[in-house]
Amino acid sequence: MEHTSLLERILRGIALTLVVIFFMFPIVWIFMMSFQTNETILRIPPQLIFEPTLANYTALITGKLMTAAGTLDIAFMRNLGNSVFLSVTSVAVSLLLGVPAAYAFARHKFRGSEDIAFTLLSFKFAPALLVLLPLTLYFQKLGLANTYIGLIWVYQLICLPLILWIVRGYFEDIPADIEYAYRIGGHSWFATFRKIALPLAGPGIAAAGLLAFIFAWNNFVFALVLASADKQPVTVGALAFITSSGIQYGQISAAIVLSITPTLALALYAQRYLVEGLSLGAVKG
Amino acid sequence: MASLELKNIVKRYKSQTVLDNLSLTVADGETLVLFGPSGAGKTVLLRLVAGVIDPDEGKIFIGGDDMTDVDAEFRGVGMAFQNFALFPHMSAFDNIATPLEAKRSSQGAIKAGVESVAKLLKIAHVLSHKPRALSNGQKQRTALARALVGSPPLLLLDDPLRNVDAKLRFEMRLELPRLLADRGATVVYVTQDYKEAMALGDRIAVMSQGVIRQLGTPEQIYREPANIEIARLFGDPTINLLDVKPARDTRGIYVGLSNVQVHLAGAYETAVGRDCVIGLRPEALSFVEEGIPGAIPVTVEAETPLNEKIVTLVRTVRGREILVSRPAGTPGRSEGKAHIAVDGKSALLFDHATGDRIGSKNVVALRNGEAA
Repeated sequence: MEHTSLLERILRGIALTLVVIFFMFPIVWIFMMSFQTNETILRIPPQLIFEPTLANYTALITGKLMTAAGTLDIAFMRNLGNSVFLSVTSVAVSLLLGVPAAYAFARHKFRGSEDIAFTLLSFKFAPALLVLLPLTLYFQKLGLANTYIGLIWVYQLICLPLILWIVRGYFEDIPADIEYAYRIGGHSWFATFRKIALPLAGPGIAAAGLLAFIFAWNNFVFALVLASADKQPVTVGALAFITSSGIQYGQISAAIVLSITPTLALALYAQRYLVEGLSLGAVKG
Repeated sequence: MASLELKNIVKRYKSQTVLDNLSLTVADGETLVLFGPSGAGKTVLLRLVAGVIDPDEGKIFIGGDDMTDVDAEFRGVGMAFQNFALFPHMSAFDNIATPLEAKRSSQGAIKAGVESVAKLLKIAHVLSHKPRALSNGQKQRTALARALVGSPPLLLLDDPLRNVDAKLRFEMRLELPRLLADRGATVVYVTQDYKEAMALGDRIAVMSQGVIRQLGTPEQIYREPANIEIARLFGDPTINLLDVKPARDTRGIYVGLSNVQVHLAGAYETAVGRDCVIGLRPEALSFVEEGIPGAIPVTVEAETPLNEKIVTLVRTVRGREILVSRPAGTPGRSEGKAHIAVDGKSALLFDHATGDRIGSKNVVALRNGEAA
């Protein structure tokens, strides 16, 4: 054990507290705003003590938004459902396509394999706005605009490269001898992939899947352009709170709290895998 | 039962030739040891036979069938890896069971098969453990059990004792020959340990730089090494090598060691007048009394008792250092002046320039080499 003096421990505690306050403040503030009405939020100076109200959450869940100009219908719960559906399906498709591809890139060096792998990664470099205009035109021609299939397809730009490169690193970390041993034992390459490579890369696949899920969940611009109200996820749906009679800070906060809860819960649950997956991907990529 | 035949195997990695036109035959039921320094191509050769890598040229026959283009899972060989290559997510039982599962054996047959081989290798009590909970010795036995369990006619063992401690290595060196003989399988065994090679091999193939330098019985390799390199690799303490120039007198061919003429037994006519290197096994030297013909005066420098034998470092009058080995308990000198005698019959003579051994006995080694 490293020996630390009392002063050192106190200073370290203060430093850590400062960091935590700095990073957690926005989240805590949003959490508090979600229990306030617009009037109390906009009071100057802002006050820490207020009378909490569940009105914001009620409005979101019932879909009736009361504004000064009257009652507005909002589709927040539907947006939330869309987010879950789009993210889960996109990640599932990406895993289905990306994991075997990652295995192929890790184990078989064929001509051009590095180039193909890099091209796939480069999808992540392209600014979304750059691809959106041609994509919109194509999607309208193909009839994919404003469809779940179209969105899930576009979401592959986010999920697939991530999964491919992280999982590839994990596959490369498995000693080839272990797979050889299984094949020499009399098993086909596919059985080897299923029984040896997949379980051993399991944590990596889980981490990559989680990361891809978070990136897909947080995506804004693809869904904004390519989908209309009934297909939009929460990130875009939150725009509905900017109404003609003002910005509904209370509801926005409540919406944010509701929409970050799933990813936050997932991230907390799997943070060990996430850190592992991220650092490995960074080293191997 | 299966013989193994390799014909003109060539394997290159980029510009480097790892195996250079290598041919080798292993008879049914024979144990062949591939011996050589790391980088000699032993492991690559084993993997080619197993089918996990493909040769660039040449053919591989197992049991007379051309297996060159057959996938690993259909070759029916068993292999144990140097790093064990156990499946970390499976218990020892499941590890050992995998070759039987591939054969679609019944649950009962799998259980019986695994348990019998586990009992044989004394790991029955750790079958439920995951590999990370096993000691190195148990891992090694598990890996060996996995290779043996399907009773493959051809067993490939890639330095399986490399990563285990000295005590276990010694035990396994004693156990393995019987174990392998009982199985009746053809075995190719890779090692870097000459004692292991001598203990296990019916024949030894000495490899370096992708070529088989000598192929023969352990006895032949030790008594009649093809060149200086091989003579150095076999034997502990290592062979004494001294520069000499053989000459002839009425009694035959002799070399001068510290102005003492040592007559050699053997057909060394061609060596007369050439620069040569004489190889003297430490155990072919002995301490003698002064005045005996052929006694070479030396000074004892140091003595190392190694329980069963005593190794003495001596220095000749010309300043050359020589190791003398004798069984413990036999008379010798531990300090000061002494005399040693050379057994001319066991001396080996090498060409200084090429390093190849000179003499009629070479024919034996060559014949074996050709038979490969």
